[in-house]
Amino acid sequence: MQARVEKIEEEAMKKDITKFRPGDTVAVHLDIHEGKRKRTQIFEGVVLRRRGGGIRETFTVRKVSFGIGVERIFPLHSPLIKKIEVVKQGKARRANLSYLRNKVGR
Amino acid sequence: MSKVILGRKLAMTQIFDENVLIPITIVEAGPCIIVERKVKEKNGYNAIQLGFLEVKENRVNKPELGHFKKSEVRPQKYLREIRVKDIGNLKIRDEIRVDVFKEGDLVDVVGISKGKGFAGVVKRYGFKGGPASHGAGGWRRRPGSIGASADPSRVFKGKKMPGKMGAEKKTVRNLKIVKVDKKENLLLIRGSLPGIKGSLLTIKSSK
Repeated sequence: MQARVEKIEEEAMKKDITKFRPGDTVAVHLDIHEGKRKRTQIFEGVVLRRRGGGIRETFTVRKVSFGIGVERIFPLHSPLIKKIEVVKQGKARRANLSYLRNKVGR
Repeated sequence: MSKVILGRKLAMTQIFDENVLIPITIVEAGPCIIVERKVKEKNGYNAIQLGFLEVKENRVNKPELGHFKKSEVRPQKYLREIRVKDIGNLKIRDEIRVDVFKEGDLVDVVGISKGKGFAGVVKRYGFKGGPASHGAGGWRRRPGSIGASADPSRVFKGKKMPGKMGAEKKTVRNLKIVKVDKKENLLLIRGSLPGIKGSLLTIKSSK
């Protein structure tokens, strides 16, 4: 029973996801639909955490934009995400980097 | 003719539908076999009796076995009679498979909801209960007053009180079919369905 469920999830999952982990700086290329027009937006920042498994997996990216911290949570398998580029590899020692939020002058 | 099939709830998951992640329930539906036809002239109403999930002969009792023998079908785990306006040209031993439905169809699903046991009024009827603080003690989830005094000197019938909750027949209406898998006999239905995993569901097209 469980195997058949997993099969359905797997079919909908992306197979070619770039490897990245918390601490890495990534550029997320995502499609934005504005009415009929379509464009690509790039959201670049540090990966704070990856969460969940299978098709439910999400990841959080944090960037500091004009002095204000901005965090976005993306579903990893969303068809809107065209590409995830690793800009810089980080060296995080934990899986959830929520402590970065309190760091100043980073 | 309204379309109908019996199925078994497998599990819930999520899937992307046009860039949006939506909740789905996976249902193993059919193939169902028509075991009996009931017609107005003979039985007073029109209905078809569907069998679902083949079982070994020793899993059914003798009266049931005779019923299956009469229709010359293999013994089935579940039998459900479904009223229809018009049977059309469906015959005994005809198979109903998931492909009676297609993507985008709206369906009603009938099943037995999960049992909640003996539940209090907060869970069962959504009563507010008492305050969590401001000096309140021992009055958190109670039902409050259940009526007046000497007049009427009794509690009205139908007063919402604690009791058995769940394990009832429930219908969820107008659910969208997201996908039909003919090979695996699966239906992916948007939203949640009544019952535990593995419970029997009746799926029929919405009116």
